[in-house]
Amino acid sequence: MRLGMVFVLLIFSCLLCANSFIAQDSPWDDGRAVDLSWELSPMTRQVSIQRVNEEGLLVDVHKSTLAKGSFTDNNLEANETYRYRLTADFANDNLVLITEATTVEQWFAFRKLGFLLLLLVLSCAILYYIHAARKGKDFFIRRIAGLDSMEEAIGRATEKGRPILYVPGISDLDDIQTIASLTILSHLAERSAEYNTELIVPCRFSMVLSAAKEVVKEAYIKAGRPDAYKADNVFYLTDDQFGFVAGIDGIMLREKPAANFFMGSFYAESLILAETGFATGAIQTAGTAQAHQLPFFVVSCDYTLIGEELFAASAYLSKDPQQLGSLKGHDFGKLMVILLIIIGVILQILGISALKDFIAGAAS
Amino acid sequence: MKRSLPLILAFIVGVIVLLSEFIPHRPFNQIVSTLENWFMIIAGFAILLGQISLIRMNANKIANRLPDWQYHLAGLVSFALMLIFGLLWGMQETPGLLGDGSGISAWLGAKPFDYLFENAYMPLSATLFSLLAFFIASAAYRAFIIRSLESNLLMITAVIVIIGRTSIGTMLTGWLPESLSFWHIPNLADFIMEYPNSAAQRAILISAGLGIVGSSLRIILGIERSYLGGDK
Repeated sequence: MRLGMVFVLLIFSCLLCANSFIAQDSPWDDGRAVDLSWELSPMTRQVSIQRVNEEGLLVDVHKSTLAKGSFTDNNLEANETYRYRLTADFANDNLVLITEATTVEQWFAFRKLGFLLLLLVLSCAILYYIHAARKGKDFFIRRIAGLDSMEEAIGRATEKGRPILYVPGISDLDDIQTIASLTILSHLAERSAEYNTELIVPCRFSMVLSAAKEVVKEAYIKAGRPDAYKADNVFYLTDDQFGFVAGIDGIMLREKPAANFFMGSFYAESLILAETGFATGAIQTAGTAQAHQLPFFVVSCDYTLIGEELFAASAYLSKDPQQLGSLKGHDFGKLMVILLIIIGVILQILGISALKDFIAGAAS
Repeated sequence: MKRSLPLILAFIVGVIVLLSEFIPHRPFNQIVSTLENWFMIIAGFAILLGQISLIRMNANKIANRLPDWQYHLAGLVSFALMLIFGLLWGMQETPGLLGDGSGISAWLGAKPFDYLFENAYMPLSATLFSLLAFFIASAAYRAFIIRSLESNLLMITAVIVIIGRTSIGTMLTGWLPESLSFWHIPNLADFIMEYPNSAAQRAILISAGLGIVGSSLRIILGIERSYLGGDK
C-alpha cells in the first residue's frame, strides 16, 4: 500500500516537473509580439492564458485544449515587460503558472535574410545590365507580340475613324500594375496623337485620373499635337467595381472603339470587359499580373501580356537601351530562380531542407 | 525642377520603404503605415477631382445633346440623389444634416440612402456580376473548339476538371478499384489543379515578381519616367 502511494506520488511529481510555461520576445520583429509556449501534463483538459494589463487586471489572450502548444501574442508595445498567467485545468485540480517577457525591437529582420540576398543579387544584375547598355552593349530582347500589335491596333482605329479605349485596371495608384499601365498609356497616347486618333481613358479612382490626365497630356505635347488633346476623354467613372464595368461596357457598345486595351490589375470583371469588347469586334490587347484573370483574357483578347510582360512593356516600347538593359536583368532573375528551384528540389530529395528553410524564412 | 522633384521624392520614398521591409525597428516600422495614411489623405482630396470630372463630362454631353445624352442625365440624377439623401439623412448609423431621419425611415423602412443602396444599387450590381456566368459559357465555347493540338489538350483537360468537380465524375468512375484510384475522375481533376495548374500559376507569379522588382528599381532610380508624363 505504502509502495503504491510512493509510486503515485512519484508519477505526480514527475508530471508536475514536466509542466512548463515560457514567454519570450518574438525574434527579429518590431518588438510588438511575445511567443508563448507551454508543455503540461497529458491529463490537461483546458489551458487558459491571461496577460496582466497596464491596470494590473488579467485579460484573456488565448484558450486551448492542447497540453503542449504555442501562441504568439501580437499588437503589444515595444520595450515593455509583459506578465502572463497560465491556468491549466485537470480532472479534479488546476495548476497556475506565471511567466514574463520583455519585448525588444530589432534592427534587422533576420528571417528575411534570404529574401534580401535574392533581392540584392537581382538588383545588382539589373544595374549591371543597365550599366552595360549605357556603354553601348546591344542586347537581344525577345519579341512581345502583344506590344508589337499596338501599332496594328492604332492603325486599325485610324483607318476606321473610331476611338481607342484604354482601361488602366481597377486598382488605385498604389498598385505597381497601375503604374506599369500608365507607362504603357504614355506610349500609346503618343502614338495615337501622331495618328490623330481619339483615345478614351476611363478611370476608377481619382488618383489614377489625375495621373492619367497628366500622362496623356504630356504625351500629346511630346508628339507635337497639344491641340488634339481632349481633357474630357480622360475621365472618372465610379469607384464601384461593377459600376465601373457597366460604364465601360456602355462606352464599348455606344462608341464602338476599334481597339481596346485592358492593362493593369483586374479581378472578377475581366471577362465581362473582354467579352463585351469581343462582341463589338474590336482588336483587343490585355495585360495583367493577376494569374487568375489571365485565362479569361487569353480566351477573349487577340493579344495578352502575361505577368512580367506588363512590367517589361514600357522598356520594350521605349527602345531606350538603359531600360532594355533592365529587361536583361529580369532574364538573369529567371535563370537564378530556375537554378534555385533545381538545386532546392535536389536538396529536398536528399533530405536537406536548409535552402528551403532559408528562403521560406522570408515568408514567415 | 518640375521633373526633378518627383524623381527625388520617388527615390527617397522608394529607398525608405525598401529599407523598412528589413528593419523592424522604429521609425522604419511605422513609415509604411504613415505613408499609407498620407496616401489615403491625398486620395480623399482627389475624390473631389473625380466628382468634378464626372459632373463636367456628363454635363457637357447633356448640354450639347450628344448621342445617348439621356444615359448621362440618368447618371447625373442618380449621383445627385444619392449625394442629397446621404447629406440630408445620413446613412446607417451616421446622421445627416436633418438628423437621423427617423420619420422617413419609418415610412421607407430604411434611410433613403440605405433604401436606394439596398433596392437599386445592390440588385444592379448583382445583375452585372451574374452576367459573368453567361460570358464564361460563351468564352469557354470558343476556347474549347478543337482547332489544334493545344486546343484539343485544353478541351480534354477542361472536360476532366468540369466532370471531376461534379457528382457525375464520382458516379462515372466510382467503381474503379483502389489500385486504379488515380484514374478516378475527381482524383484526376484534383491532380490537374494541384500540380500542372499550380506550377503554371506559380511560374507566372514568379515572373511577375521579377518584373515588379525590375520595374520598381527603374522607377526608384529614375530610369523609368513615363508615369510622370514624359522622359524629359
